[in-house]
Amino acid sequence: MMKSPRLPLYMTMATFVLAYMLCIWEFPSMFSSRVVANLLTDNAFLGITAVGMTFVILTGGIDLSVGSVIAFTGVFLAVILRDTSIHPLVAFGMVLAITIAFGAAEGAIVHYLEMPAFIVTLAGMFLMRGLAYVLSTDSVPITHEFYDVLQSIYWKAPGGGRFRLIGGVMLLVFIGAMIVLHRTKFGKNVYALGGGVQTAQLMGVPIARTTILIYATSGGLAGLAGIVYSLYTSAGYSLSTVGVELDAIAAVVIGGTLLSGGTGFVAGTFFGILIMGLIQTYIVFDGTLSSWWTKIVIGVLLFTFIMLQKVLAWATTARRKPATEFAMRS
Amino acid sequence: MMGGTLRRIAPQLIILGVVILLNFIVFPGFFSIEFQNGRLFGNIIDVLNRGAPVALLATGMTLVIATKGIDLSVGAVMAIAGAVAASVVTAGGGWFLALLAALAAGLACGSWNGILVAVFRVQPIVATLVLMVAGRGIGQLITEGKIMTFNDPGLIHLGAGTILGLPTPVYIWVIMGGLITYVVRRTALGMLIESIGINETSSRLAGINSRVLLVAVYLVTGFCAALAGVVVAADIKGADANNAGLWMELDAILAVVIGGNSLLGGRFSIIASLLGALIIQSVNSVILLSGMPPEFNLVIKALLIIVILFIQSPAVQHAIYLFRASTPPHAPNENGAKNNQTAKESLS
Repeated sequence: MMKSPRLPLYMTMATFVLAYMLCIWEFPSMFSSRVVANLLTDNAFLGITAVGMTFVILTGGIDLSVGSVIAFTGVFLAVILRDTSIHPLVAFGMVLAITIAFGAAEGAIVHYLEMPAFIVTLAGMFLMRGLAYVLSTDSVPITHEFYDVLQSIYWKAPGGGRFRLIGGVMLLVFIGAMIVLHRTKFGKNVYALGGGVQTAQLMGVPIARTTILIYATSGGLAGLAGIVYSLYTSAGYSLSTVGVELDAIAAVVIGGTLLSGGTGFVAGTFFGILIMGLIQTYIVFDGTLSSWWTKIVIGVLLFTFIMLQKVLAWATTARRKPATEFAMRS
Repeated sequence: MMGGTLRRIAPQLIILGVVILLNFIVFPGFFSIEFQNGRLFGNIIDVLNRGAPVALLATGMTLVIATKGIDLSVGAVMAIAGAVAASVVTAGGGWFLALLAALAAGLACGSWNGILVAVFRVQPIVATLVLMVAGRGIGQLITEGKIMTFNDPGLIHLGAGTILGLPTPVYIWVIMGGLITYVVRRTALGMLIESIGINETSSRLAGINSRVLLVAVYLVTGFCAALAGVVVAADIKGADANNAGLWMELDAILAVVIGGNSLLGGRFSIIASLLGALIIQSVNSVILLSGMPPEFNLVIKALLIIVILFIQSPAVQHAIYLFRASTPPHAPNENGAKNNQTAKESLS
């Protein structure tokens, strides 16, 4: 459709650099390793979630259950560490197994029962949020010495910025996702599935396995995001991370991935996350703007990037097929 | 015509009947209705009354989904409309002016979505995502982040009042749903909307002005959402831009899907969607009346929804169709027949 599928990615990168330069121009103190380190730490759980979301959206699906999965993971960890003497690492393993199985079940329903992903993951969202309520309706604090150890790991950069473990985990997930998407057969299958199910089937892509794996990946990454979130807040609360799925989808769209599937890059999602984090940082620095401006600005950004993609698509296709243009759905 | 409609909504009627039976089992007094202080009280009345916002949203959402679209912004539009109505009424405008302003705001939101979808050709899910994210911020901008309360009796009447003993919201959704059904089914509009959902390019080539129709459909959804927003705000005598209509878009879409309408567009039935909204509300009522701990509400709701969707899923419908085909011939099931092709592929 577009001459270079990487163009939206470059646009997102350029927007981030430009926005950051504007921020520095207004508040010179924003140019510090502290701001960068906090940007990574504060958005670590969102970034990890958005990677899973990118995979799902690349295949043309959607996963609305991730926010609830994060909340469930947090509550599960908090309750299990409070009531039993299980080591956190074992608990991490258990919760990842649960979330991966949950995601795989969603994928299986989507594929075998042929129900729209939107509705299946919506039911999954209710189910996971409900299970979190069943475990505990209160905010449960986590006070395990292993958590203190994990939280105290950081690399202090010149300028006072502390690059914490969870920011590093996010970067590793992004790098891992890039390798999987562009260097493995599974990654090729993801793009093929997004290009069209029937075409992919004719090409010999294992549709069932890929679909189930995709949703299992999204569920597992949401579980990992939940672990990161519990490290970030040191608590589990069933009402936390409501609406994170929307933030993740917004980051993916700002990153240049088409919601119809088949086109997009994980790196774009990374810069989408950074742009959204930058808006919040700017509002904190400004001090006079109210929090609702975050939502409005993200909405405006979404609109701008969607329009940008439309303009790019139009500029590259309109001239090529003038004879059938009147019947094309652009 | 009448028999066709009845056959179309039969699954929804059966599910609603089962859920209401469940209500009756957990709470034998479910059907009792009392007349006190000039209004009717009873669980049935409550289901009809509390189901109003989702029913209103589902009416518009059915049309949008019939065109192969989706409107994620209805919850945010509800918040905006409530905020506009509250700010007009607190500024001294009458309740009628407030209602008009709220409806105008809803129409403005609808035209924004419609133009993005119809003119700029943005995928509906993305186009309405913009307003879904930004809308709540706009609502908070109008109320300045506060919960704006009001005491205007006229406006409150729309959400909490009664007419001839029945709560006003019941009249609002029944009239709105009836009116739109009448308009789309007594004219060719309904069929034209279905044709856009099935194949937009070919319907445009056949001479249908799909742009105008698409914008109109999103306008109707915006209008319905604004009405729902006013009802919700009037019910609590205040506009809460943060929580009004939160996740209501999901309930509305669910109502449409439970109503047996395909998310891929095409044939639709508003009556079935309204029954879907009532099913959701009856499920909520079962959970409340059964006296289960409130923590279990969402889990039970999720499980019930999964069961309902499982029964209606193309694969299961196809199995039923095959089962029927092996026994003496019957009228083929519509859902099963429509998704025959895809179901066969996966089964083979």
